[in-house]
Amino acid sequence: MKGYISEHPILKFERGRKVKFYFEDKELEGYEGQPIAAALHASGIKVLRYSERYNRPRGFFCAVGKCSSCLMEVDGRPNVMVCMEPLKEGMRVYRQKGKGKLK
Amino acid sequence: MTNPDICVIGGGPAGLEAAIVARELGAQVLIIDDNPVLGGQLIKQTHKFFGSKEHYCGVRGINIARILTQKVSELKIETINPATVIGYYDDDSIGVLQQDRLFAIKAKRYIFATGATENMLAFENSDLPGVYGAGAVQTLMNVYGVIPGKRALVVGSGNIGLIVSYQLLQAGVEVAGIVEILDKVGGYYVHAAKIKRAGVPIYLRHTIVEARGKEAVESALITQVDDNFKPIKGTEKIIECDIILIAIGLSPLCDLLYQAGCRIQYIPELGGNVPVHNEDMMTSRPHIFVCGDLASIEEASTAMLEGRIAGANAFQAIFGKNDKAKAIIEEAKSELATIRNSPFEQRIIKGKTKFKQG
Repeated sequence: MKGYISEHPILKFERGRKVKFYFEDKELEGYEGQPIAAALHASGIKVLRYSERYNRPRGFFCAVGKCSSCLMEVDGRPNVMVCMEPLKEGMRVYRQKGKGKLK
Repeated sequence: MTNPDICVIGGGPAGLEAAIVARELGAQVLIIDDNPVLGGQLIKQTHKFFGSKEHYCGVRGINIARILTQKVSELKIETINPATVIGYYDDDSIGVLQQDRLFAIKAKRYIFATGATENMLAFENSDLPGVYGAGAVQTLMNVYGVIPGKRALVVGSGNIGLIVSYQLLQAGVEVAGIVEILDKVGGYYVHAAKIKRAGVPIYLRHTIVEARGKEAVESALITQVDDNFKPIKGTEKIIECDIILIAIGLSPLCDLLYQAGCRIQYIPELGGNVPVHNEDMMTSRPHIFVCGDLASIEEASTAMLEGRIAGANAFQAIFGKNDKAKAIIEEAKSELATIRNSPFEQRIIKGKTKFKQG
């Protein structure tokens, strides 16, 4: 799949099965079980949310669930750390604006 | 959930060694880690570690993680992961959040091996998507196999900056350069030599002043600095890149230890605010031990040795003095002394003695 390392001198990558998911209602493909952020990055999506006060774009930053830069709305839940959250078939992922809304 | 003798928080090199040693001596041990797989940051280290003669010299980090994880499962050490320890309470119990379930655990002794977090650098537009922690890029490409970008600029020439630059090249990413504010490379010569052989420029006495781009990084503005690290006008240079990696150091993750009432001291040589601890890795609260990057920012080899010391001491604190434990501690202390005796690691020895004065 585009966006992924296919050959590496040292590493072999074990990936889950290919699944479809939705980003801003657009259908994308990723590997099941990988963090949502990894699937988005591989698809060329770098802006994950807009900041609370100045509406500035925010992206991936720490990759290990520490920095809160990647909070998104996933299946109706706001503030999901997508660098840690595993991708599942059919997930609906949206850019979060500010604090997001609890439904 | 039965309460364990020893609860280890953090399943990286330090925590896993601590758990393994304590279990082998006979304690009932529980490991809590926030990742789906154990190994901490070793799972993205493709380079071979120098280590010590006895411990993993010449073994790639990813393989050390496999060996340690295998031992944990052979010893049937109980593991809760992915889960987060969200608090330390007055009755010396901890709160554990696993998915949507919150529960308390109370152990006789705790070993904290929470590691460290990457430091951020302030410059114009440093919040622009595409400005990433160097470790984050390592995770993205080495753990998940995602191409992180087309052309990278790395800020900081310590070992992380140098190693990640080399790994970017291995993953097929062009490295536009490494920016270093000091007048010499911060990391080991062997790593720097690899980078230079690959033709990557290292801009000494330079810093980044701005990330440019609309919704994501398109280029970076770097500049030369004077003796006071102030930008020199007229030396600005635009570097085309779509990712900027910040590799300027790490800070120990001691939030839970503040909560536990452990004394914390600012010691720059050890990475900033660190829990006060003695040679036996015991904090100011005798039932809490620490090891690894949480105790001092070093590397996996020393983290594992500190883990062994913490594990054996936590065991002795519950079950009394033991010859086997004593031998493990003495051996690990002597290996640590050998590693830290190198000119590169003198700062650690200096930093660790500051506790005594404080």
